[in-house]
Amino acid sequence: MTERLDGRQDPPAQAAGGPSPGPAASPSERRRLGPSPAVAIAFLLPAALLLGVWVVYPIVYSIFRSLFDAAGTGFVGLGNYATIFSDSGMLTTIRNNLIWVVVAPIMVTTLGLIFAVLTERIRWSTAFKLIVFMPMAVSLMAAGVIFRLVYEENPDRGVANAILTTVHDTFSTSQGYPEARPRGGDESPVADQNGAVVTKQPAQAGRPVLIPIVGVRPEFMPDNAQPARADAAGDGLAGTVWFDFTPGGGGQNNVVDAAERGLPGMTVEALQADGQVAATATTAEDGSFQFEGLPQGSYTVRLPQSNFETSYGGLSWLGPTLITPAIIGAFVWVWAGFAMVLIAAGLAAIPRDALEAARIDGATEWQVFRRITVPLLSPVLLVVFVTMIINTLKVFDLVFIIAPASVQPQANVVALEMWRVAFGGGNNQGLGSALAIFLLLLVLPFMIMNIRRFRRGDS
Amino acid sequence: MSTATATAPTGLEAGAPRRSLASKLVDRLGSGAVQVVMVVLGLFWLVPTLGLLVVSMRTTQVNNAEGWWTIFTKPAELTIQNYANLLGSGFTASFWNTVLITVPTTVLVIGIAAMAAYAFAWMDFRGRDTAFLVVVGLLIVPIQIALIPVASLYGAAGIFGSLPGVILFHVAFGLPFAIFLLRNFFVGIPASLLEAARMDGASEWKIFASVVFPLGKPAIASLGIFQFLWVWNDMLIALVFADTGNQPMTKYLQSQMRQFGSNVDILSSGAFMSLIIPLVLFFAFQRYFVQGMMAGSVK
Repeated sequence: MTERLDGRQDPPAQAAGGPSPGPAASPSERRRLGPSPAVAIAFLLPAALLLGVWVVYPIVYSIFRSLFDAAGTGFVGLGNYATIFSDSGMLTTIRNNLIWVVVAPIMVTTLGLIFAVLTERIRWSTAFKLIVFMPMAVSLMAAGVIFRLVYEENPDRGVANAILTTVHDTFSTSQGYPEARPRGGDESPVADQNGAVVTKQPAQAGRPVLIPIVGVRPEFMPDNAQPARADAAGDGLAGTVWFDFTPGGGGQNNVVDAAERGLPGMTVEALQADGQVAATATTAEDGSFQFEGLPQGSYTVRLPQSNFETSYGGLSWLGPTLITPAIIGAFVWVWAGFAMVLIAAGLAAIPRDALEAARIDGATEWQVFRRITVPLLSPVLLVVFVTMIINTLKVFDLVFIIAPASVQPQANVVALEMWRVAFGGGNNQGLGSALAIFLLLLVLPFMIMNIRRFRRGDS
Repeated sequence: MSTATATAPTGLEAGAPRRSLASKLVDRLGSGAVQVVMVVLGLFWLVPTLGLLVVSMRTTQVNNAEGWWTIFTKPAELTIQNYANLLGSGFTASFWNTVLITVPTTVLVIGIAAMAAYAFAWMDFRGRDTAFLVVVGLLIVPIQIALIPVASLYGAAGIFGSLPGVILFHVAFGLPFAIFLLRNFFVGIPASLLEAARMDGASEWKIFASVVFPLGKPAIASLGIFQFLWVWNDMLIALVFADTGNQPMTKYLQSQMRQFGSNVDILSSGAFMSLIIPLVLFFAFQRYFVQGMMAGSVK
């Protein structure tokens, strides 16, 4: 009885036991001098009454109730079950449950295994285990609020998108100029083509390509922009992308005026006659660009559409497409600690000699892990995996709290739908009962598995 | 397990020489990488809760304007105003309702389950093993199955929405796990202790109260903490069976979710209040918590 997060844990098989593990004690030993059956019944009565009225009777009642309509007066046979498998909203619900069952248990078990193995390699494993295990004590309601905050779409508020945009901006240097467009009109040397900006005439080496842009909003004008260079030239193809707008007025259209600034960070492409991109350049602070090592010839110059897209704002975690993966993320956050602690206990029970012997024989850490650790852990991994399947089938609170009301149809799961149908406004107890029975049927194989395993262990 | 241990290494190539300096260096670097990975993972698990704490200690205006992580540059913005506001709201009543539901449930589950577990472990009666297998089967029955039938029962009995209704529902669904856990522990009590007591003519009740129950303390502690957290954190049963006057924190907070954006102050501070007692219990009794978890999951 020394299970703690700090230090080695007893293997799970012994955790239930007191002075000696339970089911092993032989029945004949403990049947001497027993009291009369009447006494036994007295001891069992309160529990039997509660289980009978609150658990067993409802199962029987639900089976009958599921065969009747919403009001409970009309017999509909299996009609409610047919609804479960034909209604399009219900099918989304079942599909979501399928995603849950396939994805979540594997993720939790795998992460738990990785955590359990890695915590053996660090000195601060107690702190790590406490941190990862902590969500187990927190209500799923609170976990839901926590993840509503994490998944806020605005990167200035939601930490998930804050991380994503920071990572994205670190690796992508292109600065967006949303809503900017080429100067229009016949005189303009450039035109809009499907959101990109292209030169009307093929560009020639030695003659600067001028690309006038208008409609750059002040907040997107980079601070480092310098006055535009009119005579960008060099050996090869060169030119200038600039903001063709003189503050206060007075400038000439399509001409680089003194007060006009270049647009740095624009991606510029040189296109061959067949439309292939022959070279790419980026504009400097004064808006000038130059294609290095481009063969002689005639090219069209293009500013691809990516220059004009709004800056990256992260993902809509709480939108209809990502909502289920997002909630599974929260589920993994809650349950990884459970898996880690159980697996760590199993790991502690593995004889160290076997691992050491393999290492001395020259096995790599991966081989030791793959060929010895995992096979020896398989009973514990199975327990964790099955527990997680049962938990995913019953998942309710997290979906209910994290999915905003407008997205709940897309995030729906059977356990939640049962509540919605019967109590959350639907008021259809026939369909609700059918969903409850459906849920019971889903966990039934695991009930039978539990009973079988217990019988085997007890006899 | 021992056979697997003996055969597994044969699948590996043997005879590699002792570890070279280079491989030791690789190990050292590898351990550095493990440290970094674990720090990152630890942050992933810590940051969401930290975010909740900071958000709960900022005004709505600040929360709407900037992310909670700006706290590292602007610590002066922290305030306990949200918590003070909770005191005057419906949250306080819901906090007490949570206590009023959780404490009686935990006591009742322990008492009723311990009696049944004693009978299952140490009394002889016909159908005992079958009855216990039923309990094992009931371990994972989904709560949903009982919502509709029990709601109509409560309606007929006139206790729909009341605290006793919520408590009794919790007790019933707590029993299978509790009986299972305690029975497995009680079976391990040395038979000689009970036989001695029975020879002395002690009544079964006396044996239960003065021998079995005290000896079962470690298992009862595990069960108690588990049951407490389970009921404290429940939302589904409360949603269906507790009316507004008797609602616990989870249901109260859920009712504030519809306007998440404008209620962030109540929701974040309320959610943090709701998890503070479970966290304290968890840190104080983590040993029993882990024991209960392991005993319950290995079925």
